[in-house]
Amino acid sequence: MTGLRDSLTRGTLGRLLRHRAFVIGAVLFGTMVLLAVLAPWLGGGDPNKLAVRMRFRPPSWDFPLGTDNLGRSMLSRVLHGGQLSLMIGFWVVVLNASFGVLLGAMAGYFSRLDGPLMRLADALMAFPSVLLAIGIAAALGPSPTTVVIALAVVYIPRTARILRASVLVVRELDYVHSAQVSGASHWHILFRHILPNCMAPLIVQLSFVFAYAVLSEAVLSFLGLGAPPTQPSWGILIAEGRGYIREAWWLTFMPGAAIAFTVLGVNLLGDGLRDVLDPRLKIEQG
Amino acid sequence: MIAYLIKRLVQCIPLLLLVSLLSFGLIKLVPGDPAVVMGGTNATAAEIEVIRKNLGLDRPFHVQILSFYGNLARGDLGRSLMLGQPVRDAIIERLPATIAVALYSMALTLLVGLSIGVLAALRHNTWVDQTAMTVALIGVSLPNFWLGLVLILLFSVHLGWFPTGGYVEPTTSFLGWLRSATLPAVSLAMLQIGLLARITRSAMLEVLRQDYVRTARAKGLSEFAVIGKHAMANVAIPVVTVVGLIFSVLLSGSIIVETVFSVPGMGALLGNAILRRDYPMIQGGLLFVATALMLLNILVDLAYAWFDPRVRVGGAR
Repeated sequence: MTGLRDSLTRGTLGRLLRHRAFVIGAVLFGTMVLLAVLAPWLGGGDPNKLAVRMRFRPPSWDFPLGTDNLGRSMLSRVLHGGQLSLMIGFWVVVLNASFGVLLGAMAGYFSRLDGPLMRLADALMAFPSVLLAIGIAAALGPSPTTVVIALAVVYIPRTARILRASVLVVRELDYVHSAQVSGASHWHILFRHILPNCMAPLIVQLSFVFAYAVLSEAVLSFLGLGAPPTQPSWGILIAEGRGYIREAWWLTFMPGAAIAFTVLGVNLLGDGLRDVLDPRLKIEQG
Repeated sequence: MIAYLIKRLVQCIPLLLLVSLLSFGLIKLVPGDPAVVMGGTNATAAEIEVIRKNLGLDRPFHVQILSFYGNLARGDLGRSLMLGQPVRDAIIERLPATIAVALYSMALTLLVGLSIGVLAALRHNTWVDQTAMTVALIGVSLPNFWLGLVLILLFSVHLGWFPTGGYVEPTTSFLGWLRSATLPAVSLAMLQIGLLARITRSAMLEVLRQDYVRTARAKGLSEFAVIGKHAMANVAIPVVTVVGLIFSVLLSGSIIVETVFSVPGMGALLGNAILRRDYPMIQGGLLFVATALMLLNILVDLAYAWFDPRVRVGGAR
C-alpha cells in the first residue's frame, strides 16, 4: 500500500538506480533536457541566423547537424526546437496527473458518477485526438499555451479511462471490502487503499502522455497549427525539410531523431518506474 | 447484454447532440469573421459576402442552429468550399481508401503487437524479452509522419521497392494496392504495435503471477492451454480497451500519413480542409468520424463486459 510515498525513500531510489532501462532512459531524457536548456550556448547562437552561402551543408565538423535551405545551423535549430517541445510535454503531464487521476478515480469508485463522467469522456474521445487538438487550437489561436490546453483536453479522458479500469477491478478486491466494513471513509479508501494499487498502469500511461504530447506537438506544428514559424520546433523543422528530402535528408532526419530520442528516454523511464513502484513486485522481492 | 446495448445506444443520443454541438460550435470559435478567414487574403468583399450567405452566417443564431440540425436530419452535412461538392459525397468517395489502409494497419498491429507482447512476457527477463521490448519502445517513440518520410527515402527513393506516393484501389489491382498501401500502413502501425506489445506484455505478466494460472499448471494442463485459454482471457481485458483506442489513433494518424503519402482518403481530405479553412468540410468530417468512433466505443465496452464478468456494467452499487 506504500506506492508513491515510498517512491521518495532511499530504498526505492536505490532500486531505480539499479534498473538498467530506467538509468538508460534517465540518461537519454536528461541529456535531451540538458541540451535544450543549454541550447543558447551549445547551438552556436541564433537559430534563425541566415547564411545563404552555407546552404545545404551536410553534417560536418563545422556544422554537426548540417545546414538548411537558408544556411541556418541545424544544430542550433534542433536544440532550440527542443525547448518548446519539452516544455509542452511537461505541462500536459501535469494537467493529466491532476485532472485525469481525479476524474478516473471518481468514475471508477463512485458508480453514480461513472455514467456521466465516462459519457463526457466518450464525447471527447469520439473525436480523433489530433482533430480535437486542431479544433481547440483553431478556436484559441495558435500559441504554445493553446497546444498545452488542446493536448491536455485530448489526453485527460484517456488517462481517466485507464485509471477507472484499474479502480473498477481493485475496488472489488477483498481488502477494499474489509476497509469498507471497518468504516473507513470513501475518500480514505480511494486514496489510501485503491489508488496506490493503480499506480503502475497510471505511470505507464503518464509516460505515454508525455511521449504523445511531444509527438502531437510535432504533428500540430507539421500541419502549421502549433508554434509560430519564427520559433523553431521539431515539427516545423520536419515540415520545412520535407520538400528537400531527396537532396538534404538531414533536414528531416535530425529533428525526427531528436523527437525519437526524447520519447524513447521517457518511455524507458516510465518502464523503470513501473517495475520498481509496482507494489506486488515489491512483495515478491521483499 | 441486449438491455445494456439498448441502454448504451439510448445514452448515445445526448452524446451525439453534444458532439454535433461541438462541431457546429467550431465555426463560432473562429477568431474574427469566419467568412473572411475562409475567403483567404485575396478574396474580394463580394466573394466574402457570397461565402457568408452560402453558409447562412448572415442569419440569426437560432436560425443557423435549427437549419444545421434540420439538414443533419436529412443527412446533409453542407457543401465543401474547396471542392464545391456536398461534404457527404466527398466523405463517402474517400472513405474506402482510409478504411482499407486502417484495416491493413490494424491487422499488422494485432499480428505483430500481440505476438511480441505475449512472447516477451513468456520469456520474461531473457534476451527475447529485452529485444522485443526494445523494438516495441522504438516503435512508440517514432513520429509516424517522420517515419513515413524516412520509409519513403529508404524504400522508395533508394531501393525503389514501393512508390513514393499515390494510391491504387484494391479492386483495380490487389498487388498494386498492397504496394501503395504498405508504407502508409506500416507508418501508421508502428506506434500502435509498440503500444499494444507493451500493454499485452504488462497484462500478461500480471496474469501469469495469479494463483489461478498456477492452479491450471498444477492440474497438468499444457502450456498452450494455460496461456491460450486461461491467461489470454484476462489479458484480453486491457487489450480490448487499447484496441478501441488504436482505431481512434489510426484515424487521427491518417490525416498526416495520408497527406505524406498522397493517399486520397478522408485523412488527407480533412488535412487539406484544415489548411484551406474549409469549415463545412471540417465540421462534417469531424462529426462523421466522431459518430463512427462513438459506435466503436460501445462495441469496445460490450467486449469489455463480455471478457470480464467482474466489471458489472451499468453499476450495481
